[in-house]
Amino acid sequence: MQEVPLETHDLTVAYDKRPVLYGVDVQVPEGKLVGIVGPNGAGKSTLIKAIMGIVPTTGGWVKVFGQSFAKNASRVGYVPQRESVDWDFPVNVMDVVLMGRYGRIGLMGRVSKADKEIAAESLDKVGMLPYAKRQISNLSGGQQQRVFLARALAQESDLYLMDEPFVGVDASTEAAIIELLRELKNRGKTILVVHHDLPTAQTYFDMLMLLNMRLVAFGPTEEVFTQELLQKTYGGRLTILSEVANKVREAK
Amino acid sequence: MKLDIGYVLRWWARTSSFAKATADRGAPRGVLAVLMGLAFAASAQGARIGDMQETVFVEQVWRFFTMKDAVVRTALLGSVFLGISCGLLGSFIVVRKLSLFGDTLSHAVLPGVAIGYLVAGQKDPVAIFIGATVAGVLGTVMVNLIKKTTHIKEDSSLGMVLAGFYGIGIVLMNRIQKLPTGTQSGVDKFLFGQAAALSSVEVWMIGGVALAAVVLVLVFYRQFLIGSFDIGFAKAMGLPAGLFHYLLMMLLAFTVVVSLQAVGAVLVSAMLVIPAASAYLLTERMHRMLILASVFGIFSGVLGAFFSFLGNSLPTGPLMVLAASSVFTLCFLFSPRHGLVSRWRKRRSREARIRNENTLKAIYQVRESHGFAGEGVKLTDLAERMNEPAADTRRRLADLVATGVCDLKEIEGKSFAFLNPDGWLKACAVVRNHRLWELYLTNQAEYEPDHVHDDAEVIEHVLGEETVRRLERLLDYPSEDPHGKLIPSLADVQRSLTQVSPGEKATGYRMPNQ
Repeated sequence: MQEVPLETHDLTVAYDKRPVLYGVDVQVPEGKLVGIVGPNGAGKSTLIKAIMGIVPTTGGWVKVFGQSFAKNASRVGYVPQRESVDWDFPVNVMDVVLMGRYGRIGLMGRVSKADKEIAAESLDKVGMLPYAKRQISNLSGGQQQRVFLARALAQESDLYLMDEPFVGVDASTEAAIIELLRELKNRGKTILVVHHDLPTAQTYFDMLMLLNMRLVAFGPTEEVFTQELLQKTYGGRLTILSEVANKVREAK
Repeated sequence: MKLDIGYVLRWWARTSSFAKATADRGAPRGVLAVLMGLAFAASAQGARIGDMQETVFVEQVWRFFTMKDAVVRTALLGSVFLGISCGLLGSFIVVRKLSLFGDTLSHAVLPGVAIGYLVAGQKDPVAIFIGATVAGVLGTVMVNLIKKTTHIKEDSSLGMVLAGFYGIGIVLMNRIQKLPTGTQSGVDKFLFGQAAALSSVEVWMIGGVALAAVVLVLVFYRQFLIGSFDIGFAKAMGLPAGLFHYLLMMLLAFTVVVSLQAVGAVLVSAMLVIPAASAYLLTERMHRMLILASVFGIFSGVLGAFFSFLGNSLPTGPLMVLAASSVFTLCFLFSPRHGLVSRWRKRRSREARIRNENTLKAIYQVRESHGFAGEGVKLTDLAERMNEPAADTRRRLADLVATGVCDLKEIEGKSFAFLNPDGWLKACAVVRNHRLWELYLTNQAEYEPDHVHDDAEVIEHVLGEETVRRLERLLDYPSEDPHGKLIPSLADVQRSLTQVSPGEKATGYRMPNQ
């Protein structure tokens, strides 16, 4: 039986007791490029962070390739939002990409020659190998995003979770990234991408997850990208849901 | 961290050659001034007390450097250990933007010191260590509690806990001073530090923390690195990032607590932040920052202990911090990338280049206005073009002559500027950049022609070769700018230069696009 790369059941997340995601049930099939779309504050980033245990969940469960995330963490690659780190940090491009290997190296192991080769290959794939020794503060936004992508490639994972990889990048970088994602998909990898631009979402992704504090719809792009469902996703929060969320918060 | 010795040595050689390079630029004078300043502060104090003769001064220096005294040895050893752990932990504090937290922690431990003393009834290092650690943890918990349960932001809660705990500490310290045994208690040393008052137990505690810091950072360097740079990513890889965060915080707390006796609660955080911040200005790799910060920490610690010793038991903390601040000042001025001096030099050379390029452009424009007839450009014509007195133009031309692209000749009592082929090429390039950019702005960005000149005045000096080629392609190799003037294309200029035979030279260069 084929393994399911990602399955969530009734996944619920609350920040400071304020629910931001209610009961998300998804089952993502293998080898798909999946876009996660929805308005600001819909909980898109929260969803992928909750999958990886970066933010605590208040209910439900997550299975990655049939097991808990902790057991299969090495099979998951991650591209965080570019703004989530300090780009003046004293490391160079190669240092950052090598971090993608830390999960496999373990707590005490050393960075091997093979690790360095994999990191260099990953950099090459995003066209950043000439910048390997560059200090990260000297990179443009697009270059920073490519470095983060190379780091995820160096993780050599089967499931990739990417948080807004197209934000603040130039057109050529965007094209290069989408080509790379399609290549990964063709090699049987599963990729979830948080995306904020609706027109491109329709062309980029095989499947779409429409999110607004709850899962509105999940399915093949041509089935889900409909006026009615998009209206449901973007047409304002479900007011009752927001009100209840506030009541819960006040009660605490 | 891979501490392969060859690598460290090679790196050190590079760093010290940098030190030499900066030393050539007057750094030694700076160091000397700092040392003299410190010596003055120390001897002035000595003179006031009145027990420091010139011979005693020399004797004291001798005593310090021969390390015959047990007191000196303990103080020195303590300062070295302190420098190492403050440098290492401080580096992480600085890159994680936790400086204010370090400051709060160091003040919050003070009531613990006093309570430790009161419970033990004497200056017992272990009781004080326990008391201080408990108080530090309590302070941290308070900060988090205020942040979580109210909408008061972190900086305010840090400030409140810092001042509140410190206030309690001072009150308790005063009570101890009033006790019958109070005056000999030595707890006052915990405020501003006294390295000479370190007991051997305390030195071993500082040494233990330093050793633990070195070993843990060496073994788990990658964990601390990734936890500091991108803790979310570390968690996403299943690494115990939270555990290493607490390990780092624990090491920080221990460093602060054991450093109290030598530096004092008021200034521990300065010893954490200043050496690390200095290192941050010099390097762009974390492992080098850790090594440099430790070296600076040791240097400041030892220097502080030395002058405190010379000055007849002046408080050590302020002197250490003074030494660290001097190191920082030097880094701030002379760091190759971020230093004030190197940035000033870079700006100067950029301004000189722009000035020369403007002169070249003016020469081109004068020749253009004469239909490129004649090779020389009259100085007075150039002055008129640049709208400045002839004397200024002469100075401007002298600068250009110094770069080797121009000759200044006197013909029939008048001065003429002659560009050599290299200079002419550069002049054409500046004009081309200017006119290409104007054309780009009017054609592609749809600006009115009278809006584009000022912008092009700036852009012409920064357009790189690659961008120029792209612009040419984009505009389909244009020959005229928006004002109808000729745009010299690079290919044409080069061709016209190579086509000129030696005999033709006197008639001037052939013009682009002819």
